[in-house]
Amino acid sequence: MSCQLASDSILYANGIYRLVYEIVGVVLPCWVAYAIAGLVFAFILVNAVLLGAAVITWGERRVLGRFQNRVGPNRWGPFGLFQPVADLVKLLTKEDLRPEGSDRVVFSLVPVLMVAPLILMTAVVPFARNTALASLNVGVLFILAVSSITSVAIFMAGWSSNNRYAMFGAARAVAVLISYEIPVVLSLLGVVMVAASMSLGTIVEAQALPFFLVQPLAFLVFMAGMSAELNRSPFDVAEAESEIIAGYHTEYSGVRFALIQAAEFGGVGVVAAIAATLFLGGWSGPWSEYLGWLWFLIKTGIIVFLFIWFRATYPRLRIDQIMAFSWKFLLPLAMVNLVVVTLEVFLLRGDDGVLTHTDLAIMAAINLAVTVIAIAVFGNLIKDRVTFRTRQPQQVVVPGVSTIEVS
Amino acid sequence: MYGLAMVKGLMVTLKNLTRKPFTIQYPEERAKQHPRFRGEEFVWYEERCTGCASCAKYCPLGIIKIETSPSGSMIPQGEKYRLEVFDIELQRCMFCGLCVEACPYDALFMGSGFEQGQYSRKNMVITIDQLRNAEKHPSTWFRPQLEGYEGGTDSFRRTPTIAQGESRFSYDPRGGPPLGWREVGRESWRWHQSEKAGMRLEQDEAVPDTGSDEPPQSGRGSDAAAD
Repeated sequence: MSCQLASDSILYANGIYRLVYEIVGVVLPCWVAYAIAGLVFAFILVNAVLLGAAVITWGERRVLGRFQNRVGPNRWGPFGLFQPVADLVKLLTKEDLRPEGSDRVVFSLVPVLMVAPLILMTAVVPFARNTALASLNVGVLFILAVSSITSVAIFMAGWSSNNRYAMFGAARAVAVLISYEIPVVLSLLGVVMVAASMSLGTIVEAQALPFFLVQPLAFLVFMAGMSAELNRSPFDVAEAESEIIAGYHTEYSGVRFALIQAAEFGGVGVVAAIAATLFLGGWSGPWSEYLGWLWFLIKTGIIVFLFIWFRATYPRLRIDQIMAFSWKFLLPLAMVNLVVVTLEVFLLRGDDGVLTHTDLAIMAAINLAVTVIAIAVFGNLIKDRVTFRTRQPQQVVVPGVSTIEVS
Repeated sequence: MYGLAMVKGLMVTLKNLTRKPFTIQYPEERAKQHPRFRGEEFVWYEERCTGCASCAKYCPLGIIKIETSPSGSMIPQGEKYRLEVFDIELQRCMFCGLCVEACPYDALFMGSGFEQGQYSRKNMVITIDQLRNAEKHPSTWFRPQLEGYEGGTDSFRRTPTIAQGESRFSYDPRGGPPLGWREVGRESWRWHQSEKAGMRLEQDEAVPDTGSDEPPQSGRGSDAAAD
């Protein structure tokens, strides 16, 4: 019995999947081979996300330590590389607490719901040429749709915990997530427009010039928006330790907390992978046939480093500042970018609807100028105008008593 | 321009990234310790101690317990007592150092070590045997004679040469060798020489240092001969 994948299947382009499918299909029925090949690839993706989360926890603590002139975890393993294992063992052996009056089902569901979207998102990311599990032709839309599940999970966590701080954190997180969804989507529209495709594989191939040069504004908006969506500093009001303990995951402990943490750090990795794919050219580079995975890893690492760098630099914003930043700054910037890119694509595109390398270079030059101008203009518009008021001491006259001065 | 300050901030953190970490990996490496650092230890020289229990009397917390018996030695100077119990309850000690200040014979020093963690409160009481057998790394706290120490019995410079640009603290209590009772010197002896108060004996009765490790037969201590 031999199985052949139909050439129009979305899984056809994936070499690993097809190989497993055809080898297993020799001995087993085709539908079993289909499932086994899927499970094999799903196994790879789950491990990529969770191991990536482990590596990022270690990397973040090391790099953040060096940013703060510390060393970071270095006790176990070379350079403290086994620290995530120690953390995991510690968290797994902890008591799994559930607060009284909490919603048992929803409470237990949250950690799974936090991790699942990340793994789903990786399904469309090409790690090298033709290695996306499913090279969906609506890949970007799929990522945006799936990433929104996180906000539901966060709200479930806050609601089911029966804890005010968790509820505060969830409310803040949802507010931030909803606000930042819009600039991110608009910034990605520009990318999609230039690549003329929503498939991540096509977008990578369209990047003769990496899109962070072609659309610096979109890249800035995307990075800022994703920082907020990941609840990372400086937008980490949802789990602001100094204000509301740990926000929505205040009540989580043990293995559930481990999963939520894995989702947070895995989220950094996945978003970095997506950003690397969309803006840094993904797996493209010298000898990309063989070294594509290496370029992809390096570019992802650069984005992860950027996230850590932002975290090390900027202090946490107030919730109203975060909202203002999204609605008054990022949204106009994303719209300016969208309009400019639309015009450029319309004017520069050849008769066959393809943008050449020269076109991209022209766009890069124009967009750089637009970026500088737009940031200056909208930055000045939202700038807080500080007015200094000196408080005058008031004369309080109380009948029968001599005058009291109240400052 | 708006946003430039953010880039400036990024550069500040990036500059710190390239710096060497300040962290000192404690068990493997140690911070340089000031010689006058008061550790959580005491250094006691039995040879100098007469069992006068000044330390116990001056202790504001009353945590030093001394029991003595007549030893029959040093009768001309008044008797030196034999110490049977010398317990210091370290868990209550606040390391004020008044016992060290009170000691008229420079027999008690603050130590420079601090690793006195114990698993039981009972072990926090250091006994006379522990004091006898401990490695003696005295701190220079209230013992200025140690600050000019360069090593060896006779190498005390009574006036540290700060003016010549040398380090005032050539003495390293942690890194250096443990010091015996002859080597730590006796500052209060010189003080008594000028004051002439509270001393029962004239200076010319000082017994020269025999160079042996025997306890001094004179109450002044043989290092007085170095004066």
